[in-house]
Amino acid sequence: MTDGASFSVRRLLALCRKESLQIVRDPSSIIIAFVLPIALLMIYGYGVNLDASRVRVGVLIEDSGAQATRFAAVLAASPYLETHRYAAREPMVAALRSGAIRGYVVLQSDFGTRLAAGRSPAPVEVVADGAEPNTANFVASYVQGIWATWAGQEAAQSASVRAGSINVIARYWFNPAAVSRNFIVPGSIALIMTIIGAMLTSLVIAREWERGTMEALLSTPVTRTELLLSKILPYYVLAIASMLLCVALAVTVFAVPFRGSLLLLLLYTSLFLGSALGIGLLLSTVTRNQFNAAQASLNVAFLPATMLSGFVYEIASMPAPLRAVTYLIPARYFVNALQTLFQAGFVGRILLEDLVFLTASAAFFLGLTALKTRRRLD
Amino acid sequence: MTSAIALRSLTHRFAAAGSAALDAVSAEIPLGGISGLVGPDGAGKTTLMRLMAGLLKPTAGSLSVVGLDPLSQGAELRTVLGYMPQKFGLYEDLTVEENLDLYADLRGVVGAERKRSFSELLAFTDLAAFTDRPAGKLSGGMKQKLGLACVLLGRPRVLLLDEPSVGVDPISRRELWRMVTALAADGMAVVWSTSYLDEAERCAFILLMNAGRVAYAGPPADLTGRLAGRSVQLTGIETNRRALLGRALDAPQVMDGVIQGSRIRLVLRAAGDAPDLAALAAGPAAALVAVAPRLEDAFIDILGGGPGGHSGLAAVMPPVSLPEASRGAVIRAEALTKKFGDFAATDNVTFSVPQGEIFGLLGPNGAGKSTTFKMLCGLLVPTSGTASVLGIDLGRDAARARQELGYMAQKFSLYGNLSVLQNLTFFSGVYGLEGRRQAGKIDEMIHAFALGPYLGTTPTDLSLGYKQRLALACALMHDPAVLFLDEPTSGVDPVTRREFWGHINGVVQKGVTVMVTTHFMDEAEYCDRIGLVYRGQMIAVGPPDALKATAATAEVPDPTMEEAFIALVEGHPPVAGRAAA
Repeated sequence: MTDGASFSVRRLLALCRKESLQIVRDPSSIIIAFVLPIALLMIYGYGVNLDASRVRVGVLIEDSGAQATRFAAVLAASPYLETHRYAAREPMVAALRSGAIRGYVVLQSDFGTRLAAGRSPAPVEVVADGAEPNTANFVASYVQGIWATWAGQEAAQSASVRAGSINVIARYWFNPAAVSRNFIVPGSIALIMTIIGAMLTSLVIAREWERGTMEALLSTPVTRTELLLSKILPYYVLAIASMLLCVALAVTVFAVPFRGSLLLLLLYTSLFLGSALGIGLLLSTVTRNQFNAAQASLNVAFLPATMLSGFVYEIASMPAPLRAVTYLIPARYFVNALQTLFQAGFVGRILLEDLVFLTASAAFFLGLTALKTRRRLD
Repeated sequence: MTSAIALRSLTHRFAAAGSAALDAVSAEIPLGGISGLVGPDGAGKTTLMRLMAGLLKPTAGSLSVVGLDPLSQGAELRTVLGYMPQKFGLYEDLTVEENLDLYADLRGVVGAERKRSFSELLAFTDLAAFTDRPAGKLSGGMKQKLGLACVLLGRPRVLLLDEPSVGVDPISRRELWRMVTALAADGMAVVWSTSYLDEAERCAFILLMNAGRVAYAGPPADLTGRLAGRSVQLTGIETNRRALLGRALDAPQVMDGVIQGSRIRLVLRAAGDAPDLAALAAGPAAALVAVAPRLEDAFIDILGGGPGGHSGLAAVMPPVSLPEASRGAVIRAEALTKKFGDFAATDNVTFSVPQGEIFGLLGPNGAGKSTTFKMLCGLLVPTSGTASVLGIDLGRDAARARQELGYMAQKFSLYGNLSVLQNLTFFSGVYGLEGRRQAGKIDEMIHAFALGPYLGTTPTDLSLGYKQRLALACALMHDPAVLFLDEPTSGVDPVTRREFWGHINGVVQKGVTVMVTTHFMDEAEYCDRIGLVYRGQMIAVGPPDALKATAATAEVPDPTMEEAFIALVEGHPPVAGRAAA
């Protein structure tokens, strides 16, 4: 049914002013928009670190030869390992069991002679704590890497360069130091926008229903469009302010590089907020109850944005059916766009794909909300 | 156009298969004066209000409000409509002025007209001194006035007020009535919904509703006129008036009866056909005096008469025997005080209740009667002072005291997803009944309250009356010596309320001591003594007749309980240290 009344800027402004006053006076809105982002950035920026730097490793040298001593010195000098020398095997195994070290390296008594004879396999024993597979992998690959480098150096020094020996130099593009913070911090902005857009809005509109103010509003000449816009605009402004705070913190405090354009960031955030605000409005319109709205937005918006957006858990390593589901999560495209804008700058093809999907999703959720919003209680 | 609102076979169902909230309602509500939309909870009042405001779509039938269809001509209607929903529709974190600004903008009141309306309305509602105060920090009465001011912006032609007097003290209620009367005199069509029949009696026109149907439409005087000569008061009672009421209600000539202080008020089935006082053993000094019929008498007449005098509950309750020492003060409050921060919700309250007495705590919402009540049944710990039941200090040994008392809460606190039988079993189990004794008690309650046909039903699906029976049964499972009732009958229809008081009168005669909170003034008349609670203090204690007598003046020689209440509150000096809210 139609409203029959025409749109009025005066009414829209009055509603927006009311909404803004409520935001300013409600400490929980301010906490969600400005304190929570800082807390989340701290957690994701410092707490969640997918790089294992300085893993504690035990070292046991049974060979007193010069080569073994040199290799042990290289191990100890590695910035990725914190080595602890042991004189016997038993205390070292006990340390591994108790978790004091995450793995150990043993250079057996025939290390020097086997190396000189050029016999395979490499006479280095590496044991890692499999209870933490991620760390175990780090131990294994760090030791292997150090071994390869050291072996190359040894060969060069002994002036008997063998034919076919290759020197591998790894280079990570876009994130040269491969710092996980550089992709987690931009990704967490998507999470914060989801919280403000979907969770906060779903609560405030459900509150209008619970307190009976919606009934009073609907009995005035307010139109449906005015009502919806008055809920979208103030929270959009709040979310953008929060986003700018996040970017500023990311660049200054966390030293995450920002290589893209701020205008594009605004565009993508706005598009994503279209979906998030749409979901929030839709849920509160349907549930009309703060508790149910919070539960629903947690499951519909927050959890997918955390688990399936690729901001912490890599989408490429998910099982195929789950990977297919991620294509329906707006946060996936926003996280992708954020990571691109922060780390790579402008990559046309990737950003275009994100643009198309985010626009479609915003149109879908806002459209559905407009369709479901009535000027009646039933 | 002679009617403000016309309803034509209006029907509304919330679920396609559910029962009708409004069932083929046809009526014409006239222009001019205050029209009352009257009935108990669940009668369909709010549904009808929302249909008139265009907030719901009728399932069948149609209606017009000042000649407009609320749905197809909604935009036009909303420019001439003021609708105040039950919670007043205010934004609590916005100030008085900001609330007014918002509604003025929404209703298109701008420029010079806005300035004029604001100063007019602020003077009218007496809120001019509070424009900077957040609406959430206003008292119930002030919120109500602000809510009214917000809907009056833009001078609506129709004013819909949904239960405006709920949660508001009698003084604010009287003031609001005066304001709305002035508006109606200026030609505004006012619809005022209420479950208080005494309020409805003052309307020019009433639409009396029950269970989604119209029970009566017309001026209230025409309805009460039908009962001419049938309302009488029994005075000079020297015997036990509760037992006498029971005998009178069983007399074939009596349709309904209530206790009024030391007297009994009866409604006869036919004018002039009174029961024989000697047969009722009313005592030598007893006499019948004709009194003016009330709307409530007429409503009960429409509903088919009161429930009679027999209480199945009293028949099965064992008499309470107490040690001599505790009979004089079964319930005792001594300098009882409860503070929330620096706000004293209960401030130095002292009283005691002897065995077999009904003691009522009367007062507006927020006056502190609930806080006082909760300390006496061990649900709140006092800040200072003591509360005791049967000599057991609730502050020290609440668990033992609770075993001696039965408690029935306002919303009945039944488990909505357990069956009636499971509720009975659970509550008897909680009070430590087991085995044969438990089964016997459950059987007794099922018979006393005629719950047999509903044992498998959940309370959610029971009618309000049966819910009330079940709640009372659950509270009395362990034969308590003391019964606490927290607003037990709010929103209940008068017949169900009669039945409830029939049971209470019955158990009191078995020696049970009852403490009840209420904001129904006529319900207070059932009590032996009343404590008037206002702003945390007990400003008066005494039998209903004595309290009424203190308020008697030359102009009002026989004041009602409400008039007495207002007189006592207005004569009470404001208490220092409490917010002026």
